[in-house]
Amino acid sequence: MTGPKTIAPLPAAPKIAIVDYGAGNLKSVKKAFDYLGANVVVTSEPDVVVRADKIVLPGVGHFSALGALDNTGLREAVLRGARSGKPFLGICLGMQWLFEGSDEAPELAGAGVFAGRCRAFPSSVKSPHVGWNSLTVRKGSRLLRDIAPESFVYFTHSFQAPMVSATAAETDYGTKFSAVVEQGNIFGVQFHPEKSWNVGLRMLKNFCDLDS
Amino acid sequence: MLTKRIIACLDMDGGRVVKGVQFVNLRDAGDPAECAAAHARDGADEIVLLDITATSDKRKTMLGVVARTARCLFVPFTVGGGIRDLADAAAVFEAGADKIAINSAAVKDPALIGQIAARFGSQAVVVAIDARRVSNGSIKNGFEVFVAGGRTPTRRDALEWAREAAACGAGEILLTSMDRDGTKAGFDCELTQLVADAVSIPVIASGGAGSPQHFIDVFRDGRADAALAASIFHFGLENIGQLKRELQGAHVPVRWPC
Repeated sequence: MTGPKTIAPLPAAPKIAIVDYGAGNLKSVKKAFDYLGANVVVTSEPDVVVRADKIVLPGVGHFSALGALDNTGLREAVLRGARSGKPFLGICLGMQWLFEGSDEAPELAGAGVFAGRCRAFPSSVKSPHVGWNSLTVRKGSRLLRDIAPESFVYFTHSFQAPMVSATAAETDYGTKFSAVVEQGNIFGVQFHPEKSWNVGLRMLKNFCDLDS
Repeated sequence: MLTKRIIACLDMDGGRVVKGVQFVNLRDAGDPAECAAAHARDGADEIVLLDITATSDKRKTMLGVVARTARCLFVPFTVGGGIRDLADAAAVFEAGADKIAINSAAVKDPALIGQIAARFGSQAVVVAIDARRVSNGSIKNGFEVFVAGGRTPTRRDALEWAREAAACGAGEILLTSMDRDGTKAGFDCELTQLVADAVSIPVIASGGAGSPQHFIDVFRDGRADAALAASIFHFGLENIGQLKRELQGAHVPVRWPC
């Protein structure tokens, strides 16, 4: 049966939940997603996280700040979302959380998605690692689509995540560490894409464009 | 490889970007939001906005200008001037700053550094130090800390204060040579190296930039992690891209092309 073509209404843009667990300033992350036209909400409500189409876990400061996830029901909400296949992006501390833990706060368990612990930089370099450093990008990453192989991004951190099979980009600062991890729907970046000019915005756009 | 940062500084008075010579004789140079965006497009690695008369005028930081400048700025953005306590800092972060710079308030109450760091992280706390050479031996390492926009001497040693600030939880030191500020005679490499070697946190050299060679000198001899300049950029004497190409030619690692 043929009839007049109807124009289907545009599907609502998938909602991205930025998880607010009280660790620092989420304003810049929100601003970058707003700039990209994403439908994004900053929330500390586990229910909102569970209902979102994509999850962003930011975080700056001390690894122990992630303990707030455990006390608020957010840890379960984030893990449930990530396990159900929703695109998940951890930024800085949010990326380190994907590992088993960090020497910065040994008593606190990470999500353990990736093996290994985050460690301090070797004493041969100044710590923290602050500034623009280059990525060595592995091929085939969805998050790093159209990112030039030696692009610069902005880092600020004192602990670094080990190289794993899911490492999609590495950076060298006294030692080689994971700058980007990617496995299925799980993504993590050690640097701040929201502060990494066009390179960072491109990655966030790639995340927005993933099917949820 | 970690690159040396080139930071464009906007000194703001009454909501406009100005630049003085040795902290006086201010000249008008434009709208902060427009200047910041233009510098970022030109290749600035970071933007610092200093509300230079907030403390001396005893008023708060101009949050509206901060918010407008931050809106479409996707490089690190530091705001200083008029931040006296944790609430002031929180308001500046809320307006969109990534880092705050504190100077007079930190000298008055060093615990403020730790308070802001505990809430927003050390990476968000820049302690700005304005230092001037004193030759009469009254200051141990020869550089005295000044506050209130360079108006008030403190009798404090700049090197010791930098160490204390780092121990209190500062994430970076923004070190301005008052003797060189606005002179275009080159950074004070001696001061910069003294502080850079004494602390493990990054040191941003400021005051005196006038040519690409000055940047090469302060990165090599001064061991600065970043260098900040204002006037040479917004009066069009140098373009940041051109500056970075010259630095690359001298084997100073920079983010370029960007």
